[in-house]
Amino acid sequence: MNPTRDLKRYPGFGGITWACLVFLYGPLIVIALYSFNEIRSITVWGGFSFSWYVKAFNNDLIQRATYNSLIIAVSAATASTICATAAALAILRNRAFRGREASIGIISLPLMVPEIVTAIASLVFFVLVGIPLGIGSILLAHTVFCIPFAYLPITARLEGIEGHYEEAARDLYADSWQTFRYVMLPMMFPGIVAGFMLAFIISLDDFIITNFVAGPGATTLPLAIYGLVRTGLTPEINAVSTLLLLVSIFFVTLSYLLGKKPGPGR
Amino acid sequence: MDSTGIAQRRTELDRIRARRILKARAWLLSPALLLIFCFLILPLCIIVVYSFLTPGTYGGVVWDFSLESYIQFLFERDFFDDTLAFSPAYLQIYFRSFVQALVTTIVCFLIGFPTAYYIATLPERKKYMWVLLITVPYWINLLIRTIAMLFLIRNEGPLNYALISIGAIDEPIKIAYTNFGVGLGLIYTYLPFMVLPLYAAIERFDFRLVEASYDLYANQWTILRKIILPLVGPGIVAGCLLVFIPSLGSFIAPDLLGGGKKLMIGNLIALQFQGSRNWPFGSAAAVILMTMVLCALMVYIRQQSKSRIPLH
Repeated sequence: MNPTRDLKRYPGFGGITWACLVFLYGPLIVIALYSFNEIRSITVWGGFSFSWYVKAFNNDLIQRATYNSLIIAVSAATASTICATAAALAILRNRAFRGREASIGIISLPLMVPEIVTAIASLVFFVLVGIPLGIGSILLAHTVFCIPFAYLPITARLEGIEGHYEEAARDLYADSWQTFRYVMLPMMFPGIVAGFMLAFIISLDDFIITNFVAGPGATTLPLAIYGLVRTGLTPEINAVSTLLLLVSIFFVTLSYLLGKKPGPGR
Repeated sequence: MDSTGIAQRRTELDRIRARRILKARAWLLSPALLLIFCFLILPLCIIVVYSFLTPGTYGGVVWDFSLESYIQFLFERDFFDDTLAFSPAYLQIYFRSFVQALVTTIVCFLIGFPTAYYIATLPERKKYMWVLLITVPYWINLLIRTIAMLFLIRNEGPLNYALISIGAIDEPIKIAYTNFGVGLGLIYTYLPFMVLPLYAAIERFDFRLVEASYDLYANQWTILRKIILPLVGPGIVAGCLLVFIPSLGSFIAPDLLGGGKKLMIGNLIALQFQGSRNWPFGSAAAVILMTMVLCALMVYIRQQSKSRIPLH
């Protein structure tokens, strides 16, 4: 064993780490368990059952909201991933140019502004410009908000690809499109997929911005869940939440495994 | 062709090439930058303008310049004789949110630092696993995580039920719909935001420095205080900001866990656009929040110019 290992250890740090894990996952596990509760009670356990899932699936509102959410998330994630890929190529393939730092700053801006401010600013803007509130406005707001989330895994991947490949492709008379299509794109692909998946769950999960720019007609899944929670917690909410949890866990894990190296995703 | 001719042609070729790269770069960058400019930067500017306008009767604004929104923030206008009396109601909301965000940040740091440190000193394979375990909640829907917390801590929720059935307490402890509940919810939601940047900073820390300090007879806690903490400083600042900024403007946790009784900045802003329909006042509240956030970001930028550790 490496002798420095013991020197690095601090008493109690391991315990806090495990407590942290229990704290982070405890409530999620509890809500998932109760979604299988046979009886309506949200306190007492009455046996295992899938009935709340069946009920949630047959709920008209939830069905419509899920459909809207999926359409918005896929479109917003696609649009923001394309924008982010293009921007990442421009920023990382040109080491130094004027406005490079500013461009990076602008792209990460949606992460710096508190979500509630983004939400009302978008609302005010859409109303002022005359863009009708609905699926379209949600889609626009989500695309903008998702760009930095798609951008980060893509740049992480691109940083690991050295410039020689492009130079070699150019030496072999590939034009810039061919260089991108046959050399860069295949190598960047895991990063692009990871970026797409993060953008997808960010859009699928977003509540605050959607809540303000949705207008009266359009409902997404988080909006529907929030509406249900306001009238009281039911096992149905637990069931829908658990499904959404599983979707997030699946995509995050996949995106993490596709990432370049172990390290924080953002 | 003489040598100056060749040199001239080369500079000309270079110039053509440079122009082509410039054009390609502009094409690649413009979609992302334009979108963010049109749908975020421009709207933020509009919010600033709106905060100086007069509220319309049914929401929206009337284009008359007025400082009323900012005055309303500090004073209460008497309904009859139009005199101004100082009123701390809104200041209290900002102060409460600030304290709540600060406490959240401190508690997250106290839990997050040992966690990040422990994970960073694990062997490679375990480290990978643990980072994934912390990353997953980072991306899980805030709304659902808050609902899960609410579900757990309600008076009739599983936590109180379990405590009563083992006989630890006689009556349910009231956690939901209190300030403590909101704080707990905020810590719960933003803890991963603290752990990940701290981990990134500690992972880069050179542990040979610890050995050297031991050789110089420093004890464990002196090393932590004088060597490790200062060197991972930028990571600490990044983590604290990632917790502080969203906590300050949080909307979901106070709304669901606080029962909407004690307003926080996020709810105050939301109310102006949903219930009260006073857009200029809501805009002013948002501008003030943004100013607070900018101040916090300045701290980060000053720190970052000293040493380069990315925020993400």
